[in-house]
Amino acid sequence: MDYTLLIVQMLNGLQLGLLLFLVASGLTLVFGILDFVNLAHGSIYMVGAFICASLTLWLGNFLLAVVIALPLTGAVGYAIEVLVARRLYDKDHLDHVLGTFGLILVLDTLAHMIWGPAGITVPLPAWLDGQVEIFDGAVIPTFRLLIIAVGLAVAGGLFWLVNYTKLGMLIRAGASNRTMVAALGVDIQTLFALVFALGAMLAGLAGMLIAPITTASIGMGGQIIITAFVVIIIGGIGSMKGAFIAALLVGVIDTMGRSFLDSGFALFMSRDAAETAAPAVSAMMIYILMAAILAFKPQGLFPPKVR
Amino acid sequence: MLKMNKTGWVTLIGMAALAILPPLLLLNGQAFYMDLATRLVILAIAAVSLNLILGFGGLVSFGHAAFIGLGAYAVGIPAYHSMWGGFDLIASSNGLLHLALAVGVSALFALITGAISLRTKGVYFIMITMAFGQMAFFLFQSLEAYNGDDGLTIDLRSELPFLNLDEPMQLYALSYGSLVLVMLLVRMIVNSRFGVVLQGSKGNAERMVTLGYNPYVYRLTAYVISGAICGYAGFLLGNFTTFISPDMMHWTRSGELMFMVILGGVSTMFGPVLGASIFILLEEVLSSFTTYWHLPFGLMLIGVVLFIRGGLMGLFKGKGE
Repeated sequence: MDYTLLIVQMLNGLQLGLLLFLVASGLTLVFGILDFVNLAHGSIYMVGAFICASLTLWLGNFLLAVVIALPLTGAVGYAIEVLVARRLYDKDHLDHVLGTFGLILVLDTLAHMIWGPAGITVPLPAWLDGQVEIFDGAVIPTFRLLIIAVGLAVAGGLFWLVNYTKLGMLIRAGASNRTMVAALGVDIQTLFALVFALGAMLAGLAGMLIAPITTASIGMGGQIIITAFVVIIIGGIGSMKGAFIAALLVGVIDTMGRSFLDSGFALFMSRDAAETAAPAVSAMMIYILMAAILAFKPQGLFPPKVR
Repeated sequence: MLKMNKTGWVTLIGMAALAILPPLLLLNGQAFYMDLATRLVILAIAAVSLNLILGFGGLVSFGHAAFIGLGAYAVGIPAYHSMWGGFDLIASSNGLLHLALAVGVSALFALITGAISLRTKGVYFIMITMAFGQMAFFLFQSLEAYNGDDGLTIDLRSELPFLNLDEPMQLYALSYGSLVLVMLLVRMIVNSRFGVVLQGSKGNAERMVTLGYNPYVYRLTAYVISGAICGYAGFLLGNFTTFISPDMMHWTRSGELMFMVILGGVSTMFGPVLGASIFILLEEVLSSFTTYWHLPFGLMLIGVVLFIRGGLMGLFKGKGE
């Protein structure tokens, strides 16, 4: 076994997992507190990527673009909450799904009109564009290390926010009993809008971080949203800890499957058969993982205690 | 004289229009409308199948497009091998084999995924069915043998006894006849003892348990029936388009099917057909005006969710119905 490759792929899996966590955390936060299924979360991820891409090209500075794009994406999320999402909260989940499906069509088409059908490549500053040799022979792009660092920092920040701040206290209280929190004089509507905007910023940040690697493009939201749903189903919908663990699990397993499954299969079947079977199985791997976990724990690894 | 209410009349007029108009237009040389109507009727079958579990069973399946895709590949893969060799077990252009495969594979997929999905409830069920649908999508996307993402052209349509599916009129007749039969079948199921238990479980599952029924078994059976019917719609769609690709299974396709059912009106016989009709016609009209037709379409979807309760069929319902 090639250990250098193994470690590099572990880090790639970790990076994918942390990106998934950024998207899934917003999804699970909004669901946990607002009981709202937001399919359009992936479109906000896309909007974040496009805003950041435009700003990078305009300002010539990727980091500055991210700093400006974050509150802008948050504002987009806030606007969506006020204009559409707010009116859907007291309807059932089916209506959430359809309403936000409509929202995807609207947001994707608007992005198409504004930024055109082709994707936008995001240039990185020279100091981020290189590679780092972690140890003998194991090389990883600097930018991927940055994604890992940012992902871990955001995860820590969210943990602190939810558990040790007043806003976090309100968020947790709102999640377990909405009516009670409102009765205590908290402006629940503003709180909800803030949570929604926070989720939008997290998704947007993920989009901004992936854009330099894959380009900002129209279909990007639809791809990640399903994986993010798989993550929060595995983790337990509404659980932040569950989302974190499940995101890393999915990220690592998906990456490992894609890189090592064919050599694994080749141990007990012909080379040709392995090369046919491996891509098919690795494409389904995270869904098989989800099915296996749900077969034993229908509410995911960390089912929310309340409700 | 049979006494009919308003929804009954709407159903009758709608179905009569679908029976008469497209063939008349075809005879007048308007093949385009025949194409449109064939697609409409096939998607209506899928929508009716979804309505069985979504409307009457209260099970919001967000992965129904997978069954359409499985049904279509059940035509495409045997046809491909009968043309280019290999996979002798199923290599054939025999339509009855295609049909059996489409229905059988869909039912099996529904049985396996349903057995797991139905252990969950509410929003978990929505998401897990969606994830299983995507699993099928990614599976076919990664199958290089069948061109993966690029899809497969069906060189030969299914060969059925007495019917030639290359003739648009005969394909439409088969599709329309199937729609009528499927609607009658769903009606029969819904009005049977089985259907009553299924609807009872939607309203109050615990009551059904107390009465000695196991809702899980009823739901799973309904899910398998629904998947099999939807697979049959896929069989027709494959024969209609003669081109199949994983895109047919994409989760947005499942979303569109759900939209058809909700737009027309859940738990009604004609609602899904009406929804599918409006959907196909709107798509056609809007996309002829602008390439950005998804924008008004999406806004309309949001509008329907926010303002129209019970779908369009709800508008026709008289008092006390």
